[in-house]
Amino acid sequence: MEKASLNMSPEAALPAALQQANVAESRVSIRNLHFYYGETHALKDVSIDLPDRQTTAMIGPSGCGKSTLLRILNRMYDLYPGQRAEGEVMMGEDNIIAPGMDLNRLRRRVGMVFQKPTPFPKSIYDNVLFGVRLHEKLSKAEANERVEWALTRAALWGEVKDRLHSSALGLSGGQQQRLCIARSIAVRPEVLLLDEPTSALDPISTLKIEELIDELKQDFCIVIVTHNMQQAGRCADQVAFFYLGELVEVGPSSQIFTAPRERKTQEYITGRFG
Amino acid sequence: MADEPKHIVSSFEADLKKLRDMIANMGGLVERAVADASSALVNHDPELASRVIENDSRINTEQHNVEQFAVRLLALRQPVADDLRQVIQALKVVNDLERVGDYAANIAKRSIVINQVASNFPLAGLGQMARLVQQNLQASIDTVGESDPQKAIAVWRADQMVDDLYNTIFRELITYMMEDARNITACTHLMFIAKNLERIGDHTTNIAELTYYAITGENLPDFRPKGDVTSTYVHTTTN
Repeated sequence: MEKASLNMSPEAALPAALQQANVAESRVSIRNLHFYYGETHALKDVSIDLPDRQTTAMIGPSGCGKSTLLRILNRMYDLYPGQRAEGEVMMGEDNIIAPGMDLNRLRRRVGMVFQKPTPFPKSIYDNVLFGVRLHEKLSKAEANERVEWALTRAALWGEVKDRLHSSALGLSGGQQQRLCIARSIAVRPEVLLLDEPTSALDPISTLKIEELIDELKQDFCIVIVTHNMQQAGRCADQVAFFYLGELVEVGPSSQIFTAPRERKTQEYITGRFG
Repeated sequence: MADEPKHIVSSFEADLKKLRDMIANMGGLVERAVADASSALVNHDPELASRVIENDSRINTEQHNVEQFAVRLLALRQPVADDLRQVIQALKVVNDLERVGDYAANIAKRSIVINQVASNFPLAGLGQMARLVQQNLQASIDTVGESDPQKAIAVWRADQMVDDLYNTIFRELITYMMEDARNITACTHLMFIAKNLERIGDHTTNIAELTYYAITGENLPDFRPKGDVTSTYVHTTTN
């Protein structure tokens, strides 16, 4: 249905970049999104499609609005007073920033993994099921099955299957991060948000997460915020460059890193800023 | 490129400049080789011709130096966008320059034979073609590191005149051979010389195309105004 709406007249005014990027069916369609931290206008008229079964990387200098956009996608900003979003963020039939949106339901549909691993001080097994138990009633057998499924998808099963009931805090940083990914996907979300998921990890753990992202995008719409340009190039199908709250350019990663259209993008990715 | 803000890491900026300088240096050697080979032909100077042949190995060495440096840049700096395109351009331009060097050496070799078999053959047409080719070659090497795509397009188009001259010389040489079979040795060598010059012109347009790519990220269209019709030329006698 997102497709159909693209043929309607207001969409004709979309920037060429956006139309070009919109090749796969989009899981999330963002239109004319504005965001305010009190008086501060942090996102200005952002329109972008996040395609299903693809990875979108958001890049840009600190304070450019990329993490803000990520926080809008699961309405984390609702936790803070004075922050508000305007515009349209369509996920299926729902405008997720509309007031009536059920936040518990939304957060089941949108998983998030943070910069530093955030395992709960519980067993590996209970960590994986933590979100699931909020939304679903599972039998013992179903729960076991879900834990194995999530850990396998997160490429962690082989390493932890013999110690599922020991503390998650005993895992290495890279393993903890994969556990957090397992916990996020255990609720079978539609969208997986990754906020600099490897910035606290060593290079090999980083590559394992990147391999995992490649695997997971067969099932999910993935959005990753990263400061590592090479990582964006390696992981993402499309790359969006933000600057001062504006979406400067979005395009296939191969185009962004070989021939960006916008001068600002070029200056940022080549390291010639300002 | 030239008018861009500076890279935050100045040693990276310095590396990119060094790469451009290395190409300019190699380009200088190649321009010199073409100029000397043409001069050796037109002025019947076998000593100069021998020097061109000897110096060809220096051009090949320069090619390897640029390639090594470019590979180092790719591995250690991981350039993207226009920086990446500059490095790719460098890697490809040196191939074209190396080929031009080979053609110059070949012209020099043949000029020695021409000098032995036909020292008073009229060479004005070839001299003119050689001058035009040198001009275009110099202009195309000068576009490397430039930021104006129009200059590259101008060089790219200029090759048509070289092709036109080549057609004229080709016909002229066939006529000489038909007039007198004793001309065949000299004319065959001259024909190869003309062909070498024409090929240099083609590499010159390649360099301009690579500059255009480095600046814009886009390729020039496949179609270029081409004037070489000799591959389908048939000489018919009227008498």
